[in-house]
Amino acid sequence: MTTPPPSDLPDTTAPSPPEPPVRAAAGVPDAEEWARLLRSSQGAAMHPDALHRLVSRTTALLHEAQATPLLDPGPAAEAGAALVEAQFTDPDLLARAIGLLHAGEPGQPVLAELAGAFAAGWAGALRERTLQEQEAIRFAADTARREAERALRESEARFRALFESAAIGIGIADVAGNILAVNKAMQDIFQVSAEELQGRRVTDLVHPEDSPGVWEAYEEMVSGKREHISFDKPYYRQGGEVVWTHLTNSLIRDDNGTPVYQVAMMEDVTDRYRLQERLRHQANHDPLTGLPNRSAFFERLEAVFDSPEPGARFGLCYVDLDGFKVVNDSLGHEMGDQLLAAVALRLESALRPLGHMVARLGGDEFVVLLENCRGEQEAVAAAKTVLAALSKPVPIDGHRLAVGASVGVLERPVAATTPLAAVRAADLTLYRAKEEGRGRWTLFDPQRNARSVSRYAVSVRMPVALDRGEFFIDYQPLCRLDDGSLSSVEALVRWRHPQLGVLGPDEFIGTAEETGLIMPLGRWVLEQACGQAADWVQRFGARAPHLNVNLAVRQLRNAGLVADIDRILRTTGLDPKRLQLEITESAVMGPEDDSLRALNSLVDMGVSLAIDDFGTGWSNLAYLRDLPVGSLKIAGSFVSDLKDSGREQVLGWRIVSGLVSLAHTLGLTVTAEGVENADHAERLRSMGCDRAQGWYFGRPSRPEEIVKRILESTSERN
Amino acid sequence: MRRPSWVPEGMDLDRPAAARVYDYYLGGSHNFAADREMAREAIEMWPDLPLIMRANRAFLRRAVTYLAERGFTRFLDIGSGIPTFGAVHEVARAFRPDSRVVYVDNDPVAVAHSRLLLEDDELSTVVDADLTDPADLLARPEVADLLAPGEPVALLLIAVLHFVTDEQDPEGIVRTLRDALPAGSALALCHASLEGRPDQTETHQALYSRTPTPMTMRSVERISGFFDGFRLVEPGLVYLPQWRPDEPAEVSENPERMVGVVGVGLLP
Repeated sequence: MTTPPPSDLPDTTAPSPPEPPVRAAAGVPDAEEWARLLRSSQGAAMHPDALHRLVSRTTALLHEAQATPLLDPGPAAEAGAALVEAQFTDPDLLARAIGLLHAGEPGQPVLAELAGAFAAGWAGALRERTLQEQEAIRFAADTARREAERALRESEARFRALFESAAIGIGIADVAGNILAVNKAMQDIFQVSAEELQGRRVTDLVHPEDSPGVWEAYEEMVSGKREHISFDKPYYRQGGEVVWTHLTNSLIRDDNGTPVYQVAMMEDVTDRYRLQERLRHQANHDPLTGLPNRSAFFERLEAVFDSPEPGARFGLCYVDLDGFKVVNDSLGHEMGDQLLAAVALRLESALRPLGHMVARLGGDEFVVLLENCRGEQEAVAAAKTVLAALSKPVPIDGHRLAVGASVGVLERPVAATTPLAAVRAADLTLYRAKEEGRGRWTLFDPQRNARSVSRYAVSVRMPVALDRGEFFIDYQPLCRLDDGSLSSVEALVRWRHPQLGVLGPDEFIGTAEETGLIMPLGRWVLEQACGQAADWVQRFGARAPHLNVNLAVRQLRNAGLVADIDRILRTTGLDPKRLQLEITESAVMGPEDDSLRALNSLVDMGVSLAIDDFGTGWSNLAYLRDLPVGSLKIAGSFVSDLKDSGREQVLGWRIVSGLVSLAHTLGLTVTAEGVENADHAERLRSMGCDRAQGWYFGRPSRPEEIVKRILESTSERN
Repeated sequence: MRRPSWVPEGMDLDRPAAARVYDYYLGGSHNFAADREMAREAIEMWPDLPLIMRANRAFLRRAVTYLAERGFTRFLDIGSGIPTFGAVHEVARAFRPDSRVVYVDNDPVAVAHSRLLLEDDELSTVVDADLTDPADLLARPEVADLLAPGEPVALLLIAVLHFVTDEQDPEGIVRTLRDALPAGSALALCHASLEGRPDQTETHQALYSRTPTPMTMRSVERISGFFDGFRLVEPGLVYLPQWRPDEPAEVSENPERMVGVVGVGLLP
């Protein structure tokens, strides 16, 4: 305990000290001056009463010292000590006090003694006070330090508890990688004791499945280039078992920023990892058969094409079960599923031993992938293996299900194709196998493939072609046989395909009908052709040709056809009498057919109808009675085949002649198609055929060519 | 329960601390070499500093006396430092011997020293808390007990708010403390002003950047804002020597030289 702090308070209880004499004795300073001196120093902070008491007390002591014959140093020293006690510790104050003490009669030895005693008392007290205060503040600092250390120990204890009982594994290592400490959870992850881990090196814990870059990142961390790293990392346990962890490794630096330790925190995520693996397996495998699925197959196939060896070859067997639909429909889906699983098992056990991958693409389609194929024979052998595997009936629930398959085989150099093209080619080859009869394999044929592919290219491209304006219309003349004049033109749609060049209707109308694109395409053709015909009428009046436009079966079945044509005629302004629609014999099924009503409406509107390709279909002539047709077009094959002389030719002409008279009997006009020379034209004219169409009368051509024909025929006539 | 700090601050006696530097200004020896070195440097540049500190100490005495005379017996002295000379409990008890004082400081050495000094004083306690975390400060049992409703409390913020930076929101801190005071409580405040000695502001603040508590001197206008909600007693907000001097004659000619702006306010 230090000295109690000096009080500068008014003392209300203690008796007042004796008043100093009014006149100062020699060497004793004037009370006023003394008070001024003290007030200029520490006295400024004191209560005036307290200061007053201090002044009184010290001057009294100085008087007392003076009063004895031989100067008593005691009271003078006490006066000095009293000032120190009141916190008058400024050396400057002492100097000025001594100055005052000497002020009386300078040079008097007794005064020097008084001043000396006062100074000694002041200094002694200050020394004592300083030592005590230093001791006190040191003691306080020590106490504070102990307190801080205790808090630090508590904090350490908290951290230790955190370290020991944490649910995640924590380990501490130096930057050289020596493991220094591990907690309980870390021991559990590795299933070893702390001693077995401590002393090992972090860098020894390599695993072949470590993510790429994990060790580079580790090196960057321990060298101070990054503060922490975080990875999913596998480790070996003592017994060789693998534990997957989520690892976060952080760097600890000292006060200067130098890396000193690393702290690893890891969580056992083995279960999560296994679940992920299972999900990945599920994503890549067909749940019914357990075979790799479509996406797994494509992944593998693409891997084959990813930087192959020069000259590498591969093979694909596209397998489709024959008659699976029958099983499914008659015995139920459950049975169908069991059959698929059984088939998968047979394929797998027959082909996997050969090193081939078997995958299920969906439905009853399977594929065999031959990587590093040695040649066509090997692929064909695989296809034969597939067929052999499925040759025996599959027993399911007491049934013996005979299931065959068709196989499309493709075997090619990797460099010659792409994964997508290969799969498409194998698929097309499979369909050829199907078409050629079931239970067989068919080998990829590049030429047939090219044709199939073009069909494929057509159907894929067509939907956008209309929007991009790739279609256009040519017009072929139909001429009157009696005077050779231009009677009509037939609108023929063309497609300027960006890869395949200009395609005729034969090459894409079938596909258009299959895909439904015939509807917008047909409407477009009518709009264009009617607009063109109306334009000619406007320009050339009666000299303008009539217009023939083909109607596809599907268009006829469309409920909106009549309204469409009505709208088109009105918007283009074409006289309905100038439009003839060509339909095929097969277009109308019978008198109850809806399309018959549509045709009648069109005829009512003023449009005329012609039967196209007459004589080639299943000609049930009865329909001619019901249909409101005005014209027949004899199929081109009847005339163009009449090349050779002889019996067949004679017979041919008789048929044509019969068709012409049949038409006339029914009150219909007749147009012969496929007329290629003057001789034929003359014979047709002589037998009364009304009009003819064919190369002799003009090939399909651009509208400008038709305009020329109109102008020529006019000038000829004039 | 107090939230444990992660790792407690260490003790660094090589770094000056405001409380010990203040002790040196007042002629004490409760300080270490680093404190003295900084204090001497400061005095060399600004010789008035010891005078200012004495004036500050005298204001504390006069303010506590004024409050004790008005019947205050509960004092909360925040930033008490090393109260060797004219400590609050001594001043107050000259008038009200039953005065209770809670001393608060965040300097561990000052706190340890005060505890040593007040070991045997049953009516005084020392709390190691930080003004910049007023919620924590108010939650200490000793403080909460002192502020229990019933009797007004004299809150003393003597030369401490200028050790709170603007980022630490001194106005918000004072508001929080004010709202926790019982009705009729008082605030006695001393704050270093910018206007007193603008020539010294920058160098002096720079010196205190060595301590854990950098110094922010503020304008008189901002200082007056700390009394929001209080009614200032006569003579209002003034420089140190002007506040109810013991003897009116002793007020020097240039009171602004003492820099400290002071006032005492009362809550309704």
